Amino acid sequence: MKEIRWHGRGGQGAKTASQLLADINLQEGKFVQSFPEYGPERSGAPIRAYNRVSDKKIRVHSGVDEPEVVAVVDPTLLQAASPTEGLSEDGVLLVNTPNSSDEVKDETGFTGKVITIDATKIAEDAGSGYANIPMLGALVAVLGTEYEVAESEVSKALSKKLPEEIVELNLEAFEAGYEKLS
Amino acid sequence: MSKDNKDVLTGHQVVANAMRQVDPDVVAAYPITPQSEIVEYFSQYVADGKVDSEVITVESEHSAMSACVGSAAAGARTMTATASQGLALMMEIVYIAASMRTPIVMTVANRALSGPINIHCDHSDSMAARDSGVIQLYGEDAQEAYEFTLMAQRLAESEDVLLPVMVTLDGFTLTHTAQVAELLPDEAVSEFVGEYDARYPLLDVENPTTQGPFDMPDYYFEHKLQQVEAMENVPARFLQVQEEFNDLSGSNYDGLFETYKLDDADYAVVVLGSTAGTAKVVVDELREKGKKVGLLKPWLFRPFPGEGIKDALVDKEAVGILDRSLSFGSSGPLYLEISSALAEEDRKPRLYNYTYGLGGRDIKEDQIADVFEDLANPDLEDKMRYIGARQ
Repeated sequence: MKEIRWHGRGGQGAKTASQLLADINLQEGKFVQSFPEYGPERSGAPIRAYNRVSDKKIRVHSGVDEPEVVAVVDPTLLQAASPTEGLSEDGVLLVNTPNSSDEVKDETGFTGKVITIDATKIAEDAGSGYANIPMLGALVAVLGTEYEVAESEVSKALSKKLPEEIVELNLEAFEAGYEKLS
Repeated sequence: MSKDNKDVLTGHQVVANAMRQVDPDVVAAYPITPQSEIVEYFSQYVADGKVDSEVITVESEHSAMSACVGSAAAGARTMTATASQGLALMMEIVYIAASMRTPIVMTVANRALSGPINIHCDHSDSMAARDSGVIQLYGEDAQEAYEFTLMAQRLAESEDVLLPVMVTLDGFTLTHTAQVAELLPDEAVSEFVGEYDARYPLLDVENPTTQGPFDMPDYYFEHKLQQVEAMENVPARFLQVQEEFNDLSGSNYDGLFETYKLDDADYAVVVLGSTAGTAKVVVDELREKGKKVGLLKPWLFRPFPGEGIKDALVDKEAVGILDRSLSFGSSGPLYLEISSALAEEDRKPRLYNYTYGLGGRDIKEDQIADVFEDLANPDLEDKMRYIGARQ
């Protein structure tokens, strides 16, 4: 079983990305959980969301304390939300930032694997505006998910909520995020 | 027929889908906090024309249950959902729903009661309703909550039962977690729940009835005994409904409680709801190390299946009973039931009451492993123990 933790700020779509990841993992034939950590919900406040992915039925219902992968959607949370908490040195820290992985290592003191991607810029370039989707693209690339499976789930899920042209922009951003890290 | 629709759904969505498939005549609910998203999703289904139910939104949970009682008395298949303070405010009418023998199915997203103000999971809300006369079912995951919501309909409406059924699922832990669930086809559920034919509908003007009147000392007592009798009919009916449901879905329900690696176990925990899932993981881990441990999870809490549970636990060395609510000045509700079930036995296990998870406090695998370690210690004192609380 793999455990993943997302850090974002309220309104940035970390919870949505977590749920999309669960949809994608289901299509791969996995068992999944996706859940946010709830406090008072406010736009801009740091939030965490979690994924569990397993080949077997997931029975555990505790919180995730020791994730193997951490995805940070908002770079300011490197300081504000202790995203390396519980992350072992074998784990992966994926950060949305224009900075290099060495700079993030310096900033966080984390000595394991750090991957950086400027997801905010990718989203701006694509015109979708939300960094969560290119971050999701990057994350599924890191996890080794097949692109077509992931893309079709993202497309399906976003199409339920968004008009077609916005879905297209997001898919572009998703692909760019994936390409960056595959 | 098999389940053909695997999806990633939250507990809220799963229960809302169960309600959609049951297609009740009326859903009366209070539409804002402390309501869960169940009613929100269901209202969306109604607005989208996916279900024909009448949704009555009211100004309080007290009114929600009152409208449910009125609707059910009129002869309509009636459902509602609530949580936490909402159930507390409903409570007066929950007793009335049970005593008027209205087969209302309600889901409760288990959450703490104030105060202090808290929105997170524990079982204080539904445990406060345990003496109200409603049947109570506790689900371990979204799938069980879904399946119990469907079975509840049949159980509630059984001729010799006619009681409200409360289906609970852990707030946040299950309601807000997206997980893999398999829904049955709509037509299959339709066929399973069937048409509801109320026995004495108030709206049947050809055969007028009086419902909910004043009841003096000369008959009140007997009417209460009729509720006792109805409760006594529940276990057999529940088993029958399970059997039919298994035929339909390929599920394996076979009792009033579930046992997990319990038969040859020396040490056992008893726990309701989602924590049973976490505890099963711990049982597996300890079994791999050669420890003889097991678990018992009541599906049915009201009526309490004491006789069967007694037989399942009586030969154990020690049993830890995990309660997610308090009864101040006494032991936890689950502990009291188990302790009472074993009271007459000459030889019985050592029993310990562990309170855990109040107000959403997380419970971890290693904490449950510690319980099993405790149980193996014959000199363990302090019958009342609190998991993970600062003391």
